[in-house]
Amino acid sequence: MDNENIRCDGYRVFTEEMKKDYTILVPTMLPRHFKLLVGILNSYGYNATLLDNMGPNVITEGLKYVHNDTCYPAQLVIGQMIDALESGKYDKNKVALMITQTGGGCRASNYIHLLRKALVKAGYGYVPVISLNFSGLEKESAFKITFPMLHRFAYAICYGDLLMELVNQTKPFEINKGDSENLADMWTERLTQEMTKSRISALGVKKNYKLIIEDFAKIPKKIVPKPRVGIVGEIFVKYSPLGNNNLEDFLVSEGAEVVVPGLLDFCLFVIYNSIIDRKLYGYNKKSVIIYKLILKLFCSMQKDIINAMKKQGSFIPPCEFIKIPPLAQEVIGLGVKMGEGWLLTAEMIELIHTGAHNIVCTQPFGCLPNHIAGKGMMKPIKEKYPEANIVAIDYDSGATKINQENRIKLMLSTAKCFERN
Amino acid sequence: MNLQIQNTTDTCLDYIKMGIDIGSTTAKVVVVDGENVLFEKYERHFSMVRLKTLELVKQAQPYIKDKNIKVSISGSAGLGLAQEADIPFVQEVFATAEVARKTHPDISVVIELGGEDAKIIFFKGGIDQRMNGTCAGGTGAFIDQMATLLNVTPDELDELSLDSKRIYPIASRCGVFAKTDIQPLLNQGARKEDIAASIYQSVVNQTIAGLAQGRKIEGKVMFLGGPLSFCQGLKKRFVETLNLSEENTIFPNYAKLSVALGASIYAEKQAKSFTFDELCEKIENTVGATSTIQTLPALFESKNDYIAFSDRHKKASVPTVDIGTYCGKAYLGIDCGSTTTKLTLIDDECNILYSFYDSNKGEPVEIVREQLEKIYRLCDDRITIRGSAVTGYGEELIKHAFGIDFGIVETMAHFGAAKHFKPDVDFILDIGGQDIKCFKVKGDAIDSIMLNEACSSGCGSFLETFAKGLGYSISDFSKMALFAQKPVQLGTRCTVFMNSSVKQAQKDGAEIADISAGLSISVVKNAIYKVIRANSVKELGENIVVQGGTFYNDAVLRAFEMEIEHDVVRPSIAGLMGAYGAALYAKKNIISESTIISKDNLREFSHSAKSTVCKGCTNNCHLTVNSFGDGKKFISGNKCEKGLGEKISDHPVPNVHQFKRDYILSLPENPAAKRTLGLPLALGMYELAPFWHGIFTNLGFNVKLSGMSSRHIYSLGQNSIPSDTACYPAKIMHGHMEKLINDNVDAIFYPCLSYNFDEGASENHYNCPVVAYYSELLNSNMDSLKGKTFLYPYLNISDEKELVRGLYEYLKNHFPDITKHDVKSAVKQGYLAHEKYMESICLEGEKAIKYARENGKRILVLAGRPYNIDMETGHGIDKLAEMLSFVVVSEDSVWRMAKQKPSVRVLNQWTYHSRLYNAAQFVCENDDCELVQLVYFGCGVDAVTTDETREILERQGRLYTQIKIDEITNLGAVKIRLRSLIGAIEERNSKKAKEVSNG
Repeated sequence: MDNENIRCDGYRVFTEEMKKDYTILVPTMLPRHFKLLVGILNSYGYNATLLDNMGPNVITEGLKYVHNDTCYPAQLVIGQMIDALESGKYDKNKVALMITQTGGGCRASNYIHLLRKALVKAGYGYVPVISLNFSGLEKESAFKITFPMLHRFAYAICYGDLLMELVNQTKPFEINKGDSENLADMWTERLTQEMTKSRISALGVKKNYKLIIEDFAKIPKKIVPKPRVGIVGEIFVKYSPLGNNNLEDFLVSEGAEVVVPGLLDFCLFVIYNSIIDRKLYGYNKKSVIIYKLILKLFCSMQKDIINAMKKQGSFIPPCEFIKIPPLAQEVIGLGVKMGEGWLLTAEMIELIHTGAHNIVCTQPFGCLPNHIAGKGMMKPIKEKYPEANIVAIDYDSGATKINQENRIKLMLSTAKCFERN
Repeated sequence: MNLQIQNTTDTCLDYIKMGIDIGSTTAKVVVVDGENVLFEKYERHFSMVRLKTLELVKQAQPYIKDKNIKVSISGSAGLGLAQEADIPFVQEVFATAEVARKTHPDISVVIELGGEDAKIIFFKGGIDQRMNGTCAGGTGAFIDQMATLLNVTPDELDELSLDSKRIYPIASRCGVFAKTDIQPLLNQGARKEDIAASIYQSVVNQTIAGLAQGRKIEGKVMFLGGPLSFCQGLKKRFVETLNLSEENTIFPNYAKLSVALGASIYAEKQAKSFTFDELCEKIENTVGATSTIQTLPALFESKNDYIAFSDRHKKASVPTVDIGTYCGKAYLGIDCGSTTTKLTLIDDECNILYSFYDSNKGEPVEIVREQLEKIYRLCDDRITIRGSAVTGYGEELIKHAFGIDFGIVETMAHFGAAKHFKPDVDFILDIGGQDIKCFKVKGDAIDSIMLNEACSSGCGSFLETFAKGLGYSISDFSKMALFAQKPVQLGTRCTVFMNSSVKQAQKDGAEIADISAGLSISVVKNAIYKVIRANSVKELGENIVVQGGTFYNDAVLRAFEMEIEHDVVRPSIAGLMGAYGAALYAKKNIISESTIISKDNLREFSHSAKSTVCKGCTNNCHLTVNSFGDGKKFISGNKCEKGLGEKISDHPVPNVHQFKRDYILSLPENPAAKRTLGLPLALGMYELAPFWHGIFTNLGFNVKLSGMSSRHIYSLGQNSIPSDTACYPAKIMHGHMEKLINDNVDAIFYPCLSYNFDEGASENHYNCPVVAYYSELLNSNMDSLKGKTFLYPYLNISDEKELVRGLYEYLKNHFPDITKHDVKSAVKQGYLAHEKYMESICLEGEKAIKYARENGKRILVLAGRPYNIDMETGHGIDKLAEMLSFVVVSEDSVWRMAKQKPSVRVLNQWTYHSRLYNAAQFVCENDDCELVQLVYFGCGVDAVTTDETREILERQGRLYTQIKIDEITNLGAVKIRLRSLIGAIEERNSKKAKEVSNG
């Protein structure tokens, strides 16, 4: 093996050479968002594939190779990757793995290292790992994020959020089962093609928003009152059906309408924190201008979605990000930035404001930031908003679905009880 | 019968109501006509959920006649049945609320304890319903489990509790923790009556702390559920603790049926109704329904496989010699374990003359006495006991009681015995009633030791309790597993989680044989992946010996061999290995005459135990004083020598932990100052106290610390903890805040610090999220802080200028007289104070190392975080290590002495842990130093740091020891760890010495 390709800690670097014929495996968190993201990667000459392996073997592999006290998402993501390597579907000598790295004070920043350790243990120490981060970590990798790429990523997230929002507002009421999911799948496919091929123009995107919304509005629906149930929490278990035992489907089957705050908000939260760090601690003195610009740009992209939804008029648009931090400040400081930090608290309050006062707060068992921003903030939220009906659900390899569902059912009975009164 | 349901009306309805409640252990059915309960049944379902339900429903037929039935199902195990049978389902807490409101419209709170769930409902000011989280004990199953541990029936436990004199602190967050608290109490001879009451009290505390979480339980309180209707003692503890008057306490006589009654009320609101036959048919159809459970391969494909397997294992046995005819010398080994007591008597050829294996029934001393008497009788005058040794949890007690020659640490006893069966053994796994131990052997010395952590002791006693709970003996239960066709996949977590996995399997209709096999596989997987953390068979070794009582269970043994795809040796005396090893040790090491109690003295032997509180210092350790007939005493429960009444030498051994405690507690107060500022001494404050003390004293405050933690401090703030799975050092913060509020300080200060000091040794310098932001949680959850000045600014302490700016901006709003200049000079003083503190720690470290080297003592780096030095959360482990003749230093006193930078393969981003990695490197560079890492239960960060620290040490051929701590105060287990460490070091050293002399 070529010595130049070895990092100082002994792991292999992803090189220019590998770019040509290595398949990059990407774990799934939000299936549609990530499908779009992978499409973009491929348009930049990478050969990326989204992992869709689920099933019990994923967590079995995770438990085998990851410290069992580590958070559940790490066990799942790493388990999914090792399970994929073992599946025989990929040439093990021509494959690289991609994982996100946030760089915050939470242990999530260490996922990549845990993945590398796990690979060595499993006998795949030679498989290079790519860090997907926006903090300039792991500079020696040949995987580079350029600004145009980032820009496309942002659009992909916007599309993903829009589709998620529309599916959530349509699916519980559709007359023909499967209409909304099918439509969303169709659009995901179409957008992936579009983003890979042509240049992206803001105008084209806006046009797409309009078309998508109109398409969803056309789905035949039967409007019956249903309790709106919001999902907040640690990002992986909040979004990933693998992580939360198909929470969204369960809620829909129990007769609820699901409300899930978008992924773009989380990205904006991360950017916003760099600005807060300047204010509180005097960090990022030089770069703060750039952060502010990016924030502004992304916010305006979000605004386009909101406007398009308002204009069409059939759907409730998401809340503008810029209105979210003051909501958090009702009960918590904006300095709480680790994990989902204050955003988690703010999302609960925002949900209550928009009529979804029934909330499932999801977290991996023993999630440190959620002790503070999740479970720690329920009391002041309930005091301020007595109608708040929040249930905290822990996810873990050992936590059983029945326990989780039973607690969610309790929350739902309370929801229905409130409605009656 | 009268069920206190008011407004009895005529029964002119054309339908009848039925409520079905299927919990984790029992099924209940009620039939109600209008307001009259016609039929009620409460029975254990032994996992046969659907059959039992059908049976009970059929029994109700005479009361239903030909009326239509409105029915609903409730309960955690009823969910699946309701779905498949398409019968309305109502969540059980909701059902409880229905019935409580109906019978007592003025109800304020309902507390309901079920088999595995605990619930609380607040009715006033908006209905608020809460259930225990996934990791929570304090329920009926917990009480059953504890009764089994005390070897009494639940009824007897109740009776015992009524005669208690004192309450011991017992953790009830989960059964596993509680066991770790109770076992040492039993072994130390505490009164069963007191333990019984303490168990109930722990359930009460768990309900108040874990469920109410700060919301006051007042007004009319109703108690429901099985345990609360059967256990008088539990009722008593609740009423006393909540200080309830008689008119506000409601124990309805339908307590155990409340959910079923609620379900019947809910049923009335449903449109659907069924005829009796329709209902039965619906339930019947689900009995054989295919399920979606994940299954595993069967343990044995055929009977022949099993025969071959048994024959192979029969080979590893020890010859026995008839004690009735043997003449000559004998050696006695005793293994006084946590739940069982084992004895073996061997002859000069290591053959077994006599052996004993049984539950210690909570009375280890009495069992050993009986056995000794029996052995003496059998020995007659033909056999003389030449030597004796004892090992296990009760080692010291038994040694003192019966004058046993040697007390040896368990790990050494087991290793000795395993070597006897397989001289080239390189891996030993022992699964006992309570512990999982495993050691790797390299070059005839123990290379590494892994013990299960407090949280994962899902071992032998778990299987046994489970078998009993389902109505089987453990041997029948395990036999069923052998030929189960489709073992259920149950996960690898601790027992509490396994309980609910089993519940899930029951819901899905799994058969008991499959559950039994699944449990055996879980126990094995838990050992391999959780304790050993192995990746491949090769890593374990080639010559594997498995032992411990649990391996008598062929299902467990087979599951283990299947999982590692390798044959292993299970000695025929698997459960006696500790005792056998002890006997071998006695035989090998005895020089003079044995000191074991003589036959005559044994006849006079008596034993009594008394509990007391040590007044030696402010720790107030709970001591148990054991008195023996001959006037000898044995004291346990002490954390230092003081409790033993021994004089402390005038020249104390240096101990950096003690030094840090003394330093912080002697920070001067400034009584002349016009304002007082309180600093809660917990979490990061342990390190930063001199810093903030320096700053605020210079700003004209009288700075008061909340003092060292204690159980009492914890209980002060226990009620406002919102997340019971947070670490103990965080949870105890609430108590420190209460203490400062009681002290009437003018303001309390605990800042939010995302970043710690930048000591230049890591890529970033974060605090963990809990240390960084706990103030936010305190401010939001502690009602007692309302109206008080709680200062928790976000500050950057790694940049002096920024700190001045941030602190001034914040303080000026609260104290307008403080100027920026004041802050600037005060901050300067603060940094000086911090530097002085850190320097003095380093100096003390050097002093300690020098002392150790001059006196030929071993150095122990007791590492973790600054708050390890707390006597309550750190449990005074440094003192214990001192008693074991270590010189104790801390990670922050030695990390700068590492000559090289450790190679760290994770993101090194937390200040405290970069010290830890460096300290590990320091240990690697110094042969006379060892490292023990203290880890708090619930610390997510430590899942990363423990593996990394282990790697740094093991890569360089050193031992790694991790001690996981929580609210539990079981120093016995910690002692075993430290002694095993000493044993391993000694073996290594003697081996090295041998190599040197040979080479």
